[in-house]
Order: sequence, then structure tokens, then C-alpha cells
Amino acid sequence: MPDFLAGLCDPDTLQMLAEGTLDTLYMTLASTFFAYVFGMIMAVVLVVCRADGIRPCPGLYKVLDVVVNLTRSFPFLILMIAVIPLTRFLVGTTIGNNATVVPLVIAAAPFVARLIESSLLEVDHGIVEAAQSMGASTFQIIFRVLIPEALPSLINGSAIASTTILGYSAMSGAVGGGGLGKLAIMYGYNRYQTDIMFATCVLLILIVQILQEIGNRLSRRCDKRLV
Amino acid sequence: MAEPVIEIKGLGKSFKSKNGPVVALRDINLTVEKGDIFGIIGMSGAGKSTLVRCINLLERPTEGAVIFDGQDMCRLSSAELNRARRSMGMIFQQFNLLMQRSAEANVRFPMEISGVPHAKAKRRARELLELVGLGERAHYYPSQLSGGQKQRVAIARALSTEPKVLLCDEATSALDPSTTASILNLLRDINRRLGVTVVIITHEMSVIEQICNRVAIISESRIAECGTVEEVFSNPRTDAARRLVLPEGRRAGHIKADRLYRIVFNGSSSLNPVIADMILECKAPVNIIHADMRDMDGKAFGQMVVQLPEDQEICARMLGFMEARGLAMWEIPPGSCIDCDPEDYDYEQERGRHA
Ligand SMILES: Nc1ncnc2c1ncn2[C@@H]1O[C@H](COP(=O)(O)OP(=O)(O)OP(=O)(O)O)[C@@H](O)[C@H]1O
Ligand SMILES: [Mg+2]
Repeated sequence: MPDFLAGLCDPDTLQMLAEGTLDTLYMTLASTFFAYVFGMIMAVVLVVCRADGIRPCPGLYKVLDVVVNLTRSFPFLILMIAVIPLTRFLVGTTIGNNATVVPLVIAAAPFVARLIESSLLEVDHGIVEAAQSMGASTFQIIFRVLIPEALPSLINGSAIASTTILGYSAMSGAVGGGGLGKLAIMYGYNRYQTDIMFATCVLLILIVQILQEIGNRLSRRCDKRLV
Repeated sequence: MAEPVIEIKGLGKSFKSKNGPVVALRDINLTVEKGDIFGIIGMSGAGKSTLVRCINLLERPTEGAVIFDGQDMCRLSSAELNRARRSMGMIFQQFNLLMQRSAEANVRFPMEISGVPHAKAKRRARELLELVGLGERAHYYPSQLSGGQKQRVAIARALSTEPKVLLCDEATSALDPSTTASILNLLRDINRRLGVTVVIITHEMSVIEQICNRVAIISESRIAECGTVEEVFSNPRTDAARRLVLPEGRRAGHIKADRLYRIVFNGSSSLNPVIADMILECKAPVNIIHADMRDMDGKAFGQMVVQLPEDQEICARMLGFMEARGLAMWEIPPGSCIDCDPEDYDYEQERGRHA
């Protein structure tokens, strides 16, 4: 092992890295989950209400479209600071893992909405028409046609979303967030501890690889077009 | 008396586009009766798809009414419309199967959305797959099926809610000729055995010939002609109809000759060799100048142009022979065009002359 990594053998450091990893995973997965809850609702409204959608509603579409674009144009760091009052109101504090989830969800939901929207739009319009010709209601088309038919693509999208959210969560270390991002900034940046910097980088890369691989495999496994 | 299942009254449809409205259908009036296999044929862009999509309101008509089973489709609430659509199956050129569901699950789909209990839906899906000859493939996914098999699954799916009508938009256009024939046979079988009325959209004359009993010809957004297949094929009255019935490439062109007669076959038995009989009986040869015949269900439709012998008496005997067999034989004025060039031949005028 190179000299500069010798410090990592210390049990306290190892425990700190392990906790950081868990915190990061917690923030990432919790934020991804909530971002999907809101993102899915927005995406479905966008897809259903667009001009050639199953229930066209140009007014609602336009409003939501603008809101999504607006939120997406905020740099995450700035958004995080801007929503501090909301975070305090919802979680009671502005530091720690739970406090990070709030801005993460706000930042990720519109991005997730776009991902889901593009997955849902991939579903062949002919299939939707076939369902309409069978007398399927709008809800049935959403839940029994659009989402199941887009599932492989949605899973692929969720791997992209969770890795992006992981990146955001690391950034949140700069303004009170926890996890590997906080370790990298506190030790690696402020105290010049290259070993810790190096370890957090490796861990982040590993997590991204694992999430992406799980996504790819699940997506391939459930795609019946590939059997 | 046949009862109407679908009545289309004064239907018009125009689309909004950037360069102003595009009229796809104008003043369409049609009645499809129970048990019909009703063909709608026309050139590309004539408005066939738009017409069939107006029947189940995938496209909302901008004028007129579509009466299905006694109710005006355009006036139904969306819940009522969905219920009405369940009695109208539809199949498509591109099959439109759910790609993430097996054949059986595809057939179950319409039953799931109309609340049929799972066990019953499963049983019926199996029966229908048997009916379309895919009993063995129930667990296959669409990606594992050929085009013809996919269309069979689509047909089984469309039949699962026991519809009164099956709408087919170019259902065989993506298939090769022998697969097309087998799908058409299946449709005829379904029509006969289950009593399902079938509406078929196509641009291929052969599809109409093979299974339809009634046909509407649609041209430039209007119904050019409508009637039984026999009527329309033996006696195309409009340019559009003639262009389809007497396709290009079969024109005889202009031939200047005397003693030319046109024989119109109007469904007499094609197994009966009339011309040969006439030659044997009158003991004189005739010169066949042009023939454009179709065989449908063992009946001959079309026309033939023959040159009769110079001998006046033999000529008269031949005319008598044909008349006795119920075949009209008209003399074509010398020097006129004999043929069948749809552009410049006027059937009405000739019929008038011989009336
Ligand atoms: N959604 C639409 N918006 C604008 N114009 C349309 C639309 N759908 C159809 N049209 C126009 O209506 C006309 C009829 O189209 P339609 O699809 O019914 O033709 P078709 O007879 O089915 O042709 P094909 O044999 O090529 O399928 C065409 O001129 C087409 O451009
Ligand atoms: Mg078409």
C-alpha cells in the first residue's frame, strides 16, 4: 500500500468512512424515492396533457413545463441555500442527512420528471390507441399501458437518476449535508488529508458503478422485447 | 331484413394544420349491416384510416353522426363511449400488441380493463388463442412471434370482449400474400361462426375480392361508389372505381377494327366455358381482343372484347347464343376505343346507346 494511504488503516477512520457511506446511501435512496413520487406525478401529467396526449390540456401542460424548466435551471448549491427556510420548516433543522433530503428532492424531482416523461413517450402511440379502442380509461392507460410498457426504460432512468442524486448529495457536504461529501470536504479539502479524499472518491465511484449495474441488469431482465 | 349495425350519416372530418384546415372526409354516408364483411378501399391518402377511426371515435368527426347499435357515438359521455368501444374490436396494420405482455396476457387485457374476473379471463384467453390457432404459443411474447402470429393474437384480443363489430385498418398490409390469405380466412371464419360484422380497410383489391360481400370505394375524401362487391366490380360507374377495378397495365389501348363486341360478365359461372361453347355451336372462330376477368367465389366478373366473323348470319347466331345465356353483348362503334382506359372511356354513354 502506498504511504499516503497508511492513515486509512486506523479503525476510527474506517468507521468514519463506513458511516459516511451509509449516510450517503441513505440520502441518495431516500431522495431518489421521494423524487420519483413527485417526478412520476409531474411526468404523467406532462405526458397525458400534451397536445397529442390522451387528455390534451395545453394550459396545465404549459404551466408544469415552465415550472420544471425553472427548477432545473437552478444550480444545486444555490437551490440548497435558497430552500433553507422550507427545510427548517419541514425537518426542524438545516444540517444532517434528513435536512439534505429536502433540497435533494426539490432539485431532483423535475429532472426525474423529464426522465420519466421521455420514457413514457417512448411507448408506441399505436399501443395507446389500441388500448383506447378497447375502451380503456385514462387511468387504465396510465397504469396498465404506459408505465408497464415503459418499465425497462424507467428502470434504466432510475439508475441515471440515483447516480445523479448521489452526486448532488456529495455537493451538499459543503453546506451542512452529511455523508461522503462532508468527509471529503472536511478532511480532504480543509485539512489536506489526501488519503481520506482518495477513499471517498473510490467509494463514490464504487457506489455509482453498483447502482448503474443493478439498473442495467434489472432493466434487461424485465424487458420482454429481449427474450 | 338485415339490421344496420353502423350507420354513418353526413360524416365530415377536417384536421387543423399550420396551413389551414385539411379536409380528410366529406359527407360520408354508409350503412354496415349485421353480418356484413364490409370493405372500404381507396388509394393512399383517400381518408380510409380516418374513416374507420371515426367509427370508434379514435378521431372525433367534425360533422355528421356515427350511429352504432342505435346510439350516436358522438353524444356519449366518456364512460359510455368506453363501454361502446368494448363492443367494437379493432386491429391494426402494426398489430399494436403490448410488448411487455405474453400473448395470453395481451388477450386478457381488454377483459382486465372491463373487470372480467381473472380466472374467467384466463380461460377465455386460452379459448380464443385456440380459435386463432395459437394455443401452443400462449406464453410467447410478441417479440417471439411472426407478423402473422402477432396479427392472430391481435384478433384474439379484439374478440375477447365479444364485440359486435371488428374494425380492421390495413390488417394484412404488413404481411406476405400467403399469410394475408390465412388471416383473411380467419376473419371470414370469425364472421361466419361468431356472427361478428367485419369492416375492412384496404388498398388491395384482392382483399375485397377474397372476403367482402359489400364494398365502398373512397376517393379524395368522398365515397365514390358503394354496393355489393358484384355490382361495383362488374359495373364500375366512377373513375375512381374503374381505376381500382381495371388497374393500369391491363389496358387494351385503342384498336381500330370492325365488328367488335363487348361481353360483360356479371357473375355467371366462370366454370362454364361460354365462349368456347359459342365457337363450337356456331362453328366459327372469334378473335379475342381483350379480356379483363376476375374470379370471385366461382363466378366470373369483368369484360371481354371479341371480334366476330364477317358473316352476318353467323354474327346474328352468336349474338342470339349469348343472349340466350343471359350475357349482354354490345357492339362497339368502329373506330372507338375499346378498352378500358378508365380515363377516357364512358360506360354510361355506351350503356345509354344500347339501352
Ligand atoms: N392527424 C392528422 N392531421 C392532419 N392531417 C391528417 C391527419 N390524419 C390524416 N390526415 C390527412 O387526411 C388525409 C387522409 O388520411 P388517411 O390516413 O385517412 O388516409 P388513408 O386512406 O388511410 O391512406 P393510407 O392508405 O396511406 O393509409 C390525408 O391527406 C392526411 O394527410
Ligand atoms: Mg391508412
